Amino acid sequence: MTTTTLRPAPAGTGILGKLPALLGGGRDVWGMTRRNLVHISREPMQLSDVTLQPVLFTVLFVYIFGGGIPIPHGSYRDFALAGLLALNLVTSTMGTAVGLSTDLHGGIIDRFRALPMWQAAVLVGRSFADLMTSCICALIVAVTGLAVGWRPDAGAGPVIGGFALVLFFAYSLSWVAACVGLNSKSPESAASFGFIVLFPLAFVSNAMVPTQHMPGWLQAVADWNPVSAVTAGARDLWGNPNPSAAIHAWPMQHPVEAGLIWSALILVIAAPLASYFFRRRTTE
Amino acid sequence: MPRDMMIEAEELAKRYGETQALAGVDLAVPGGRILGLLGPNGAGKTTVVRILTTLALPDAGRARVAGADVVAHPAEVRRHIGVAAQDATLDGLLTGRQNLVLVGELSDMGRTASRQRATQLLAQFELTDAADRVMKGYSGGMRRRLDLAAAMMTRPPVLFLDEPTTGLDPVSRQRVWEAVRELTAEGVTVLLTTQYLDEADALADRIVVIDRGRVIANGTPRELKEASRGARLEVTLTAPYPGAVEAIGSLAVGRVRISDDGRRLSAGVDSAPGLATSVVRALDAAGVLVDNVEVRQPSLDDVFFSLTGGHLPAEDDQPGDSAASAHGTRPEMEGAGA
Repeated sequence: MTTTTLRPAPAGTGILGKLPALLGGGRDVWGMTRRNLVHISREPMQLSDVTLQPVLFTVLFVYIFGGGIPIPHGSYRDFALAGLLALNLVTSTMGTAVGLSTDLHGGIIDRFRALPMWQAAVLVGRSFADLMTSCICALIVAVTGLAVGWRPDAGAGPVIGGFALVLFFAYSLSWVAACVGLNSKSPESAASFGFIVLFPLAFVSNAMVPTQHMPGWLQAVADWNPVSAVTAGARDLWGNPNPSAAIHAWPMQHPVEAGLIWSALILVIAAPLASYFFRRRTTE
Repeated sequence: MPRDMMIEAEELAKRYGETQALAGVDLAVPGGRILGLLGPNGAGKTTVVRILTTLALPDAGRARVAGADVVAHPAEVRRHIGVAAQDATLDGLLTGRQNLVLVGELSDMGRTASRQRATQLLAQFELTDAADRVMKGYSGGMRRRLDLAAAMMTRPPVLFLDEPTTGLDPVSRQRVWEAVRELTAEGVTVLLTTQYLDEADALADRIVVIDRGRVIANGTPRELKEASRGARLEVTLTAPYPGAVEAIGSLAVGRVRISDDGRRLSAGVDSAPGLATSVVRALDAAGVLVDNVEVRQPSLDDVFFSLTGGHLPAEDDQPGDSAASAHGTRPEMEGAGA
């Protein structure tokens, strides 16, 4: 009666046997990444927080606040650019939370769940697409910065290293945003995550002002804030003024190491947690 | 259980909060056959599909699809199924073609094969002109057709279609029906849920009727119709006569219902040779003038309404409303078709 034949399951013995499965997982991630990138090309306004916002923030901070914030041994715009990079990348992780929440609320998640794909590709593909938009954001920050007169004082290697440090942190943070998106009731409530968590996280730091002028307890928070570590790390790598170097807190003395440790720590906790929340959310 | 069953479920139970969505459902679909899963809204049809397509876990019972247990080996099940769910489950921001190719690639078909298959399916469902437009702009009928195409991307041996024609215009419905018939000709096993009795009648080899999470009937369309042997008697009188009900009372099964104007009588009757003659004689003997007598054989609609108590959603304008009124289980609908 049946003329169709069942396809055999891929062999799964030993590490070599798992290789096809791993390759398949990679293809699934790439497929999901491309899907999310197509979304961005369809609704470019969604991208405004990584295109318009960096330009706006850079101009606002450099020309409006810049004159009122004295920076020892340098100009505010040279000081500000690493902070602007961190500020823009940190706040743009909101997109991960909103995007995942939107996927979970539409019927599309059911389609993916009934496909023979690596289920975690939904999360990993999202994070890769968001990393790519973060790279676009970083590029726009850099170009805007150069336009307003920011100049790094270091070789190409350390300059790229500074960008990579902040991008790695933003990537780790996008997994925290994924956890939020997976637990929020609606895309709107996922968006409020940005205002409640990401803005304080970005601003209670040395990103836009030196922390020396903050009240004592707030300065302690700011000096241990991972955003301060990656920002100070980028300033060091770029050879830009870094007033935090005078602060004795360990992360401010070793900002690159602190930034890497923070990012790695956040990633190893948030990524498994996100996949746990994903399974819990999609089990019925 | 026989080995050649492509879909089999035993005693499936599922509770959502306070609602017992399924209370022990058994199903068995042999390879290459179409099972119509019929039931009113909220009967549990979608829950059955969600469990069989690995989207939901049963609280109790077992189910196997293409030989794989849905709970123990969901990945194996997913390799052999295609699903067209009730809600549009495609990406509104992707074009029709991109949606299909994505489904193909995520199913490990490879890029080239996915593109070829997508082009072929877009043509089959007459979506070629819209293929490179964003799906968000599609009409309801186009979305359902794209959903069906997505379900068929990998040429799965087992296909789940959850109310595939709900909300479609008659032309689109016919197209979907043709596509489903072609699939079974290729040996594909289909589980189709529907609220439309004519759809189940037209497509399904067997029908399972569920209501409130239980199977209340199971058989071929013909068997189900025969099981409900009773025919329906409709009599129109020249003028209302008080004695008319009594006159045909002995022929009726159950109560005789009268329309508001007193001229139309309806009742269930047992099919028998010469039934109409007996009715006219009985009424004539009582001195009642008759304009019209009609004895209707049961349709699948009648079977459905008698089984489910007739609580099909009222917005449904498929044939069935007149049967509901004739049955008398929904007095509020009486006269609606008159």
